[in-house]
Amino acid sequence: MDRLKLSFFRSSRSKLSGDFIFEAVVGLFALGILILAFLLFRELFIESGLSRKTFGLSFLFTSTWDPVNEIFGALPFIFGTLVSSFLALLIAVPFSLGIAIYLSELAPEKLRTPLSFIIELLAAIPSVIIGLWGIFILAPFIRDYLAPPLSTYLGFLPLFQGPMYGLSMLTGGVILAIMVIPITSSVSREVIMTVPTHQREAALALGATGWETTRIAVLPYSRSGIFGAVILGFGRAIGETMAVTMVIGNSPRISESLFSPSYTMASVIANEFVEATSKLYVSSLIEIGFLLLVISVIINVAARILVWKLLKVEGGKVA
Amino acid sequence: MNRLKIAIILILAGVLLAGCIDTQPPKVQPTVQPTTVQPTKAPETVTLNGAGATFPYPLISKWSSEYNKIKPDIQINYQSVGSGAGIKQITAKTVDFGASDAPLTEQEYANVSGILQIPESIGAVVVSYNLPGIQKGVKLSGDVIADIFLGTIKKWNDPKIVSLNPGIQFPDKDIIVAHRSDGSGTTFVFTDYLSAVSPDWKSKVGKGKSVNWPVGLGGKGNEGVAGLLSQNPYSVGYIELAYAKLQNISYADIKNKAGKFIEPTLETTANAASGAVQTLPAGDASWSSVSIVNAAGDNSYPIGSFTYLLVYKDQTDKAKGKMLAEFLWWAVHDGQKYSSELLYVPLPDEVVSLNEKTIRLMNYKGQTII
Repeated sequence: MDRLKLSFFRSSRSKLSGDFIFEAVVGLFALGILILAFLLFRELFIESGLSRKTFGLSFLFTSTWDPVNEIFGALPFIFGTLVSSFLALLIAVPFSLGIAIYLSELAPEKLRTPLSFIIELLAAIPSVIIGLWGIFILAPFIRDYLAPPLSTYLGFLPLFQGPMYGLSMLTGGVILAIMVIPITSSVSREVIMTVPTHQREAALALGATGWETTRIAVLPYSRSGIFGAVILGFGRAIGETMAVTMVIGNSPRISESLFSPSYTMASVIANEFVEATSKLYVSSLIEIGFLLLVISVIINVAARILVWKLLKVEGGKVA
Repeated sequence: MNRLKIAIILILAGVLLAGCIDTQPPKVQPTVQPTTVQPTKAPETVTLNGAGATFPYPLISKWSSEYNKIKPDIQINYQSVGSGAGIKQITAKTVDFGASDAPLTEQEYANVSGILQIPESIGAVVVSYNLPGIQKGVKLSGDVIADIFLGTIKKWNDPKIVSLNPGIQFPDKDIIVAHRSDGSGTTFVFTDYLSAVSPDWKSKVGKGKSVNWPVGLGGKGNEGVAGLLSQNPYSVGYIELAYAKLQNISYADIKNKAGKFIEPTLETTANAASGAVQTLPAGDASWSSVSIVNAAGDNSYPIGSFTYLLVYKDQTDKAKGKMLAEFLWWAVHDGQKYSSELLYVPLPDEVVSLNEKTIRLMNYKGQTII
């Protein structure tokens, strides 16, 4: 509120003051993003028109993807994207929280900077390199050392049945988790570091142990921020293309088993767009892009609403 | 502290300014130089832009550098963006020539009037395998390969495979099928072959740059399939001949139309192409049904394909059109000698003379340009 008043006051003093020009210029920049997002949405919507007209809603619920006979259904890709991303979060969130808490609460001062630097470095590795590493190191490792015990001890679950060739939903999820951890952990760390010291001191003064301090004073205070970090990570996972394409096996079939190959929406676009020649084929691929955008918008909005609800319940805790 | 900051900013600004000053001399020079240079005047460089298939990219970039040595005023700029994108770009006339691993379909051909299709090289696709203990000598036939990729032959010791390979002891293991996940000319050639030899394949899957694979794992690019093969014992997949040779990957001899098992080499693939010459249409006709898979001839390797350059018959710029025609002429003649070292199949003479006729069709407002 204060800031708004101030700028109003200043601009009323002289219409062409430096502040006014500055405000107009940066305002235009912000508006540019809005326009860009709108145009992107509109273009995807228009270009996918043919596919929407041809397949209607059945595009969302059928699972045949046959470029030769031009029959397209996106269900296996939607399934693959959502499952691999959730799997990634399932693995990444505990790790990220652990890293964030360690770095902000427990790690010796000397270790903090180098460690967080290395974690952020992990985020800077190009995804094609992570993908290559995934093909040659991670996939064989999961096939030889992770999958056998999983199928021996948890084989009664349909999740861990069937043959495992290395490239699979599980491998895709693990690769995505590795790519999500740097973002989620470094944002969570920043959030946790904004928790005022007096919160911790109060807890400690009441006789809380280190763990209890973190649990009752730090985590609740930064809950919405951490949730935001998780959503950022989810955004990264859902849109990630290269690395996951290289290790997920690229087979558009829905299977209960995490050992079988799968396919994601971003992967099918990356794989097939270049050589897609017929109009319907291109239009179907664009519709998948449109759906990907819609899904990420829905998830972001849902997350936002959840955060607001949380804030209301917690009452006045802003992180 | 503040002074230090100001000093740093000043230094940075100075460096930036220095950068600006540095770029000025070239601006000034032209006003001085022309007096000395103009008489001998270096001709303006013309860039011929091309886009399309990734498969011929190494060959075309070799041509580009070699041709530039002969004609320093011509730059050939080729972007390997994929056949589909190449066809789109030549249709939209945003490039001077396109390139595609598959001939234009009837529909694509109808969309661009006056397009010429010039086969500039030949590629072969091999069926590679990873069988521990069996490095060489596996023989396969078209219907068996189709059954493997359809998922009806599931094990290596299937009687159909064993009966083709009398001397080899096959393991009782599941076959892991690897295929390309990205849209690709390689997939087109391979599925074209399977459609030609297996009615089952033709009705259930068909041919295309991407198809609905009944079984198997998808790898991105030749390297993706090769990676799948090298990491999964008892796997089988298809890759380009050049890639398989360079990476030392085992591949099978394939039974051809004459019933002989043929090892894929540059020569056996060229044989298939020259065997098909009589059936080739004129350069400005539709090539959609052209295929050299399962070609006749005792020594023809059955899984191969032409890769095409696409240009317009009616050129809109006389000088540029002439340069383009001359480059194409050079590419199908002298350019062919660079094929073998890069593991491409040189064009047989019959195809070269067909191409000569095609290139002569290029014209500017009705006048021939070459």
